[in-house]
Amino acid sequence: MKRVARTGNEAMAEAMRQINPDVVAAYPITPATEIVQIFSQFVADGLVDTEFVAVESEHSAMSACIGAAAAGARAMTGTSSQGLALMYEMLYIAAGLRLPIVMPEVNRALSSPINIHCDHSDTMGARDSGWIQIFSENSQEAYDNVIQAVRICEHPQVRLPGLITVDGFIISHGLEVVDLIHDEEVKSFIGEYKTERSLLDIKHPYSLGALDLQDFYFEHKRQEAEAMYNTPEVIRAVGEEFGKRFGRKYDLIEKYKLEDAELAIVVLGSTAGTSRVVIDDLREKGIKAGMLKIRIFRPFPHKEIAESLSSVKAVAVMDRVDGVAGFGSPTFNEVRAALYDGPTRPPIVNYIYGLGGREISLEEITSVYKNLEKIAKTGEVKKIVNYLGVRE
Amino acid sequence: MSKKPGWKELASGDLLEAGTAKEFETGDWRTLRPIKDDEKCINCLNCWIWCPDSAIIVKDEKMIGIDYRYCKGCGICARVCPPKVQAIKMVDEREFREK
Repeated sequence: MKRVARTGNEAMAEAMRQINPDVVAAYPITPATEIVQIFSQFVADGLVDTEFVAVESEHSAMSACIGAAAAGARAMTGTSSQGLALMYEMLYIAAGLRLPIVMPEVNRALSSPINIHCDHSDTMGARDSGWIQIFSENSQEAYDNVIQAVRICEHPQVRLPGLITVDGFIISHGLEVVDLIHDEEVKSFIGEYKTERSLLDIKHPYSLGALDLQDFYFEHKRQEAEAMYNTPEVIRAVGEEFGKRFGRKYDLIEKYKLEDAELAIVVLGSTAGTSRVVIDDLREKGIKAGMLKIRIFRPFPHKEIAESLSSVKAVAVMDRVDGVAGFGSPTFNEVRAALYDGPTRPPIVNYIYGLGGREISLEEITSVYKNLEKIAKTGEVKKIVNYLGVRE
Repeated sequence: MSKKPGWKELASGDLLEAGTAKEFETGDWRTLRPIKDDEKCINCLNCWIWCPDSAIIVKDEKMIGIDYRYCKGCGICARVCPPKVQAIKMVDEREFREK
């Protein structure tokens, strides 16, 4: 283990160097540019054996990764926001063809209005594309998650692509202390990539991605769904093993002071870090505050969420995206649905915050707990969907 | 075709073994049937070059017939047959099927 200072982007590029993928095809986009820029320097310096393909768009980047993965290569790319949006159709194809492409992805607002800063609208737009989605709170988690994603995605019971997100600028460009694992240990943890079938195996030729009509499409989608059902167990096993070997254990969700909490917030990404400070402060004042951090958004850990929130008195789900759905945002709607089958259904509210990189302050998170306190006392939710930090 | 496999037994990821097009006889799509006149044919093999379904049967450098299991009746063979030869005629498929 080596302790260094790294930004989120640098940490993920470092993980990519240690993974040493066969192919990286990428196109630059703020704030994810550095990931593949730094990686291309590793290629130029001969530190990796990777074939680096400088393509003309993100659509091509994902297409090249799909081709490479189908040929039997370990393929990676990195992107953000509009870049992820431009990959849209190829995301579904990567998942449908069951190609375990791993992609660091930096959360950034989608246009319009044009904006380069953090929110989760890009990633949430791809939430039903068949990709595993892992959210990272900080640079350390981003680094660890990229390494684990290789094992998770390539697992024979999974074979799905996965994206690992960090919050744009807040984490992607924020310098933090990161413990790096030795190259050899990463290599042995991820192991060799073995495909059952690959297009370069000319002795056993086959067609991939042929027209799949009324009589077969449904069966293939059912297989894809099954792969996603298999994923939680694999994620847990890989997180467990990672913890045993490197000292940092991972699960689908993380609970912070939630065991005896009466008031809980549910968060994704970097806001978890800010929330810990607020919770510590409230706890000192005798308020039983706690947090549930969703690390894995896809597959959605509905059971774990329902169990973890079953004994709280009020819940607020923080969404760094507005679903513009007419009701609630993605995380809220899914958490709320997860609670439906629980033994108790605590009152629950949605807070939409931080769009386009708008800062979230300790005071604002404290105000959420204040509202939860009121809801817990009265049992009454006055407003289900709330906005935090927007000028009225 | 035999019973179609369920999702548990099906090869995963939209994967098709090579060479399966051979098992799929596209001849029953045909609405026009190419009929060759042996006396007119000069064996230039234009039809063999152009046929998209490899349905022109050639033996010893001679065009000896059409494989109706795969011929979709597109009419390209009749079109590329030299104007002065016109050895292939497209005939309504119903004339053969109704018999």
